[in-house]
Amino acid sequence: MAKTKVIEIEPVSRVEGHGKVSIHLDEHNNVQEARLHIVEFRGFERFIRGRPFWEVPVIVQRLCGICPVSHQLAAAKAMDVIVGAKKLTPTAEKIRRLMNYGQIMQSHVLHFFHLCSPDLLFGFDADPEIRNVFGIIKKMPELAVQGVMMRKYGQEIIRATSGKKIHGTGAVPGGVNKNLSLEERDSFLKDIDQMKKWALGALTLAKNYTLEHMETVKEFAAFNSSHMSLVREDGSLDLYHGNLRAIDAGGNIIFDQVDYKKFNDYIMEEVRSWSYNKFPFIKSRGHIDGWYRVGPLSRMNTAGFIDTPEAQKALEEFKGLTRGKPNHMSLAYHWARMIEVLHCVEKIEELLNDPDLQGKDLLVKGDRTEEGIGVIEAPRGTLFHHYRVNKDDQVTYCNLIVSSTSNNEAMNRAVTKVAHDHISGKPKITEAMLNHVEVAVRAYDPCLSCATHALGQMPLVIEMYDVHGSLLERKGKCV
Amino acid sequence: MPKVLLIGYGNPGRLDDGLGPALAARIEALSLKGMTVEADYQLAAENAFDVSRHDIVIFADAAVRGKAPFFFKEIHPRSPLSLGSHSVSPEAVIYLAERLFHSRARAYVLGIRGYEFNGYNESLSERAEKNLEEAFHFVAKLVKSGNFNSTY
Repeated sequence: MAKTKVIEIEPVSRVEGHGKVSIHLDEHNNVQEARLHIVEFRGFERFIRGRPFWEVPVIVQRLCGICPVSHQLAAAKAMDVIVGAKKLTPTAEKIRRLMNYGQIMQSHVLHFFHLCSPDLLFGFDADPEIRNVFGIIKKMPELAVQGVMMRKYGQEIIRATSGKKIHGTGAVPGGVNKNLSLEERDSFLKDIDQMKKWALGALTLAKNYTLEHMETVKEFAAFNSSHMSLVREDGSLDLYHGNLRAIDAGGNIIFDQVDYKKFNDYIMEEVRSWSYNKFPFIKSRGHIDGWYRVGPLSRMNTAGFIDTPEAQKALEEFKGLTRGKPNHMSLAYHWARMIEVLHCVEKIEELLNDPDLQGKDLLVKGDRTEEGIGVIEAPRGTLFHHYRVNKDDQVTYCNLIVSSTSNNEAMNRAVTKVAHDHISGKPKITEAMLNHVEVAVRAYDPCLSCATHALGQMPLVIEMYDVHGSLLERKGKCV
Repeated sequence: MPKVLLIGYGNPGRLDDGLGPALAARIEALSLKGMTVEADYQLAAENAFDVSRHDIVIFADAAVRGKAPFFFKEIHPRSPLSLGSHSVSPEAVIYLAERLFHSRARAYVLGIRGYEFNGYNESLSERAEKNLEEAFHFVAKLVKSGNFNSTY
């Protein structure tokens, strides 16, 4: 019988969540199989049943301390349907949009400046003693300061629109419960030019990295896939609201302008025995070929244009790289993420100058319904919330498809490709090789806490086993 | 009087994990002069900037183990190898504050002993409530006195 070994990366560092990568090797260290496992499950969807529907936008924030705003907004959109709010007031919609731009900005900034920049600036093979955010602080302190200050700006926007940092109550069924005061507006306007300058700087950094390392980027964890996101009716990028668009690897439309309330007609979820994370797929293409990617890279691929000038220029450059065809390079997520940061800053400026933010008409109600679906573009991709509510106002059904679940197949393929390209057949497995696997996972910025509907820390680990299942080696760093 | 920052962190949706924010809420209600109170799910890099604007910082968190009703100790900057958003340590926050914003703040950790962490309820266990009460009186007295020079 041939001997095989298994390497497991557990925990994968600088990733949000509990996860494990296992790599099965034969006796010559050739990769037989590689998988990203999600190793924690707490069943949030079951917990929420029986709760009154108006509590849901607050309760769902317990899912994760990283993207509570995205869950708050997706749940609020679903509950808008329950209370019959067909169209929000301009103030309510714009306050929610401002909240979402603040959320995406702070999340992307954290990921770029503090989680992935050590890999990009020092190299995947660099000494791990240097290849970390504290290495960045030593070598490029101004970059670290920008990361902190931009993230703080986004967090303050969230606080101002959501009411508070913990269990924000800003978005409620049918609208919002506060507007933005002139004092709050002015405090944000004061720093907006600085934010834009830093966003442009970060974009340049991400773009230059991609272009200067094209030989690596075009191969590293790169593979063809379909992509999906919300887009506006005119095809523009829209991070708060729109219809679903999915394209295939060649850029051909699979479906377009689909009302997200009908997502169940287009998307299904598959369960596999070795992971608590489900595997969604596009129904019309079947469970083998129907998997797709979401998130910044997908949004750049699906959007026809961006409605803010600087981000649009950046998108044109981004699309130019692949001559308008979809970009399938996992490492291009970083460049895409920074285009979105710039877009968010531009949208924040636009909104801050809109007097509707000081409007007093905050809530809308209509005919009560019993089923609500809310979809939003979260930092990591399209986020689906689906609820049913009975006549006593209690939630009777809840299903969430979070972004990191949609990217599950893609992350597994990324891990497999990198394991084949960088580990297979090597006589000795080094830390740098294992870091390549982590870099591939990190490109997707997965929040495995959300994916499993669990709470708290989520480290990721690599372990190596022989053919008999005995542990040979274990490498992992808790974050 | 020194400018004091208290950051109470934890997830109030996870039972006693909410001890930090619960303390923050109670201290904030006192509106103590020169004191800023923050509450969040977890510490994050941007807390470094807030720290740098104060003379004293107290990180209040639920303690899974250790002395009841609470422990209080001074901490010093420490550079961990990595930084995540679920788990930035108080030592890492003050390291960032020192390196990036030239902070000279003295920092303390207040660990309030909790007992129940595995659940989805927004309530504290009876024993944790008692510990919170003790911690509240301790912090209120300490901040009012402005004397952080004692050995804890």
